[in-house]
Amino acid sequence: LAAPLVWRAARLGCRPLLGTGCLVLHTTRPLHTTQQCLAPLPPLPEKGGEVRHGLIPEEFFQFLYPKTGVTGPYMLGTGLLLYLLSKEIYVINHETVAAACILSVIIYGVKKYGSDVAAFADKLNEEKVAKALAVKNEAIKNLETAIEQEKKEQWRVEGRSYLFDAKRNNIAMLLETNYRERLLTVYNEVKKRLDYQVALQNLKRQKEQDHMIQWVEKNVVQSITPQQQKDSIAKCILDLRALSKSAQAAA
Amino acid sequence: MKLMDVKLGQLPTWLAMRDFTPGGILGALRRGYDRYYNKYINVKKGGLGGLSMVLAGYVVVSYIWSYSHLKHDRHRKYH
Repeated sequence: LAAPLVWRAARLGCRPLLGTGCLVLHTTRPLHTTQQCLAPLPPLPEKGGEVRHGLIPEEFFQFLYPKTGVTGPYMLGTGLLLYLLSKEIYVINHETVAAACILSVIIYGVKKYGSDVAAFADKLNEEKVAKALAVKNEAIKNLETAIEQEKKEQWRVEGRSYLFDAKRNNIAMLLETNYRERLLTVYNEVKKRLDYQVALQNLKRQKEQDHMIQWVEKNVVQSITPQQQKDSIAKCILDLRALSKSAQAAA
Repeated sequence: MKLMDVKLGQLPTWLAMRDFTPGGILGALRRGYDRYYNKYINVKKGGLGGLSMVLAGYVVVSYIWSYSHLKHDRHRKYH
């Protein structure tokens, strides 16, 4: 019978020290019970209910205040304690001594180190919250840069017409170049053909000329008889003598 | 109707109105647990009171359950 209470107390026990990061997940606050709630969850309350002396909730003191004033609950407590002791509903035995020692040690520990432990737990909580917040801010920043880049891309789209004009110019230039290259090729080919024809005619004429000259020379040489050779040589000698005489006479 | 609003004479009728099925009892336990949890434990700066009240309640309940054994340790027989 005591087991579920211990289990519940253990689950509750992790609360004061670890804050929002509990070991077991509980959806204790009403999440989306009624209408569709799209807003973020309400934040946790800052402080829990007030408890006086760590044992009695403040509501009890407020409940008795109108009738009995400030000392009412304490008087009630004293009276109750004396009644329990005198009627021995609370029996004093060895367990009382043990309880007293344990309680004094616990109270001393809490009074001395309570605030330090609370500050440590708060620091852990702060770190968790700061990490989550950092993640959120990081995500927001990334999305904002993404938005800016998108806007820049949209601005770039406006320059599409210039881009296409430049490309069209490039293509036109390429076409022109290609056309002119081909034109040059055609011209060169035609020129080669014509040069060939010209060279052919030249060669033919040259050959005809040479052949004719050779034939004429051959015939002439053939026609020079030995008698004619002697006659021409004698004539040449006479001419030379005459020339030499005229040259001597002149000098 | 809440318990604090019930007059003393109407208490039996109010008790008869309550839901005593197992589901109803479980619901009541769950509601009580939720109230305690959300008030003292599910907060940003929880204190020691939230846990110590549960432990004190456990101590008291276990004392009550073992009273029949402790009766024999009484110092006087007649009070």
